Amino acid sequence: MYKLILAIRYLVKRRITYLAMLAVALCIFMVVVVMTVMTGLVHDFKTKNHNWVGDCVISRDSMVGFSYYEEFIEILQGQTFVEAVSPVIKSYGILTADGSQRNNSVEIMGLDPARHCKVTRFGESLYYHKSRCEDMFKPTYEPNFPGCVLGIDKALTRDQRGNYTQAPNLPVFSLVISCFPLTPKGALAKAGLGLVNTKTFYYSDNSHTGLAKVDRALVYLPFEQAQLLCGMGGTEKRASAIHVKFKPNIKLQAGCDSVAQLWARFKVTKAGEKRAGLLESVSVESWKGYRRSAIAAVENEQMMMMVVFAMIGIIAVFIVFVVFYMIVSHKSKDIGILKSIGVSRTNLISLFLNFAFLVGLFGSAVGSFGGWLFLMKINRIEDWLFRQFEFQLWDRTLYAIGDIPNAIDLKVLTGIILSAILACLIGALVPSWQAAKLQPVKTLQVDQL
Amino acid sequence: MSNDDVILQAEGIYKSYRMGQTQVRVLKGVDLAVKSGEFLAIVGASGSGKSTLLHILGALDTLDKGTVRFKGRDLSGYRAAELNKFRNKMVGFVFQFYHLLDELNVLENVFLPAMASKSIIGWLGAKSAAKSRAAKLLDELGLAHRAKHKPYQLSGGERQRAAIARALINEPKILLADEPTGNLDSETGNGILNAFEKLNKAGQTIVMVTHDHRIAQKAARIITLADGKIKDGR
Repeated sequence: MYKLILAIRYLVKRRITYLAMLAVALCIFMVVVVMTVMTGLVHDFKTKNHNWVGDCVISRDSMVGFSYYEEFIEILQGQTFVEAVSPVIKSYGILTADGSQRNNSVEIMGLDPARHCKVTRFGESLYYHKSRCEDMFKPTYEPNFPGCVLGIDKALTRDQRGNYTQAPNLPVFSLVISCFPLTPKGALAKAGLGLVNTKTFYYSDNSHTGLAKVDRALVYLPFEQAQLLCGMGGTEKRASAIHVKFKPNIKLQAGCDSVAQLWARFKVTKAGEKRAGLLESVSVESWKGYRRSAIAAVENEQMMMMVVFAMIGIIAVFIVFVVFYMIVSHKSKDIGILKSIGVSRTNLISLFLNFAFLVGLFGSAVGSFGGWLFLMKINRIEDWLFRQFEFQLWDRTLYAIGDIPNAIDLKVLTGIILSAILACLIGALVPSWQAAKLQPVKTLQVDQL
Repeated sequence: MSNDDVILQAEGIYKSYRMGQTQVRVLKGVDLAVKSGEFLAIVGASGSGKSTLLHILGALDTLDKGTVRFKGRDLSGYRAAELNKFRNKMVGFVFQFYHLLDELNVLENVFLPAMASKSIIGWLGAKSAAKSRAAKLLDELGLAHRAKHKPYQLSGGERQRAAIARALINEPKILLADEPTGNLDSETGNGILNAFEKLNKAGQTIVMVTHDHRIAQKAARIITLADGKIKDGR
């Protein structure tokens, strides 16, 4: 009982204890805020990629694409674990505003809206067709015109705060998209005939996926139109990829493994056919694998931050250790008194560990509360800083970040708090153990007073 | 008194300290027997080793050579838990500089040894009796009105009386007092000595260390320690 009473008294009565608690609170505050923001950004980025891609992608890393995709889609649609399937065309082209001489390069993505919107959450990225994804290529002013969806940064300009000003009614303008069609062997399909396929599309919507590179570079076209433009139509139709969505209870890797097995069997059945060679380099990947190059960069940043914070954490543990060393050294007389009245070494150590635990607990509570409060207001604070000083954590004209993530992950928070308490316990253990093993008379010398 | 009355016995006690490069031999073969109910004063000049001897008798310090027996049993044979129990129950210490815990009030300081020997559940059962005894001791020592005060709010004499109350809370067999008046004015010191006399009359065994022969006169027996040995008295 005396251990608890003394631990609480040490906590309440000693000013240096408040400094120790403050040190713990500041460390917790800093780690909670940075971890929440960084984890939130990475999680947000991954979710956006998942929303854009679907669960699994069967693709060929070539602009030629692969044949027999519809046959494989039929096989996939017959599987109980598959929810929806969508073929996709991917290529590159040149975009020219109609009547203008200015053009720029674009990535072309050909989609079948009815199928693709069941596989991905692409529809949610649209502005004018948010609730009518299947009509995304129908300009509202003339549904019979061939439409195209532009990545939002191709259509609009962001202001400094990262906001886009959307016109209330769909603007009327057309775009000319040119593409170099390729034969199944990868040769230019129209060699000697002007080389390019060109078609005019009408702006039907813009897509804001939140993925900076995607929103800057992509133009989405109707699947068949893109197929023709890229030379993948005709009698030997080809696609660049098949996107798959699994049923909700299917685990990602298990689903992808099943698709990979189906693909392997499908390839065997197609062996010997005219375009079987195009199936060879087709890969089956989860959305994480498919977007690996984009996600890895962000994860690397997160890892670097974790390393930096691990180093800061070690320094924090050392600071806590020093503070406790000072506190316990200052209390060596008390240790002598307690030993002189028969308190055991173990009980003395546990008294100071109780004390350290309370410092860690209260410091963590204060730091967590402060961190939570700061995170709740972080976007307002950033807004205010921008209004007053034009300061932004991330320049929204460069980064596709909306609000700063501020949802605290309880698992992460629990880990941080436990680490802080552990740091306090380690900080207190060494000096209290050293003091407790001294002969009582050594700590009761007059010069200890 | 017969030999059977001897409660604490020291034989051939040697103790040395290292001070820088030199080894200082403080005790050079001290023999001493303390009988039950006795009031013994150990006198000696500063540095004669009297405090060291007292610490060894109370198991607060180790010895280089020799034996200390409590009720015939060698303290060196005690296990750590037994030694803690010995310090908690069998001896009560009164130090020159009081050594009270600043974070506790006077009453809490007094019942601290009683609390230290109990588990949380054990303490819940014994709390009321221990608090009553602590309050009674403070009352007997004229400190009842200071029970809720913190040590730093007390005068030197009051602090020493609080320390005496703490030493007596577990009804120890021996009270060991190291220069209990050394930090007090003569009037306050006399008050402490009177309290010791009163306790001794009630049957409390007391071993007191002092450098002041006048104070030692209050004891029934005086021994003089000089050059690490007992020169006078046994």
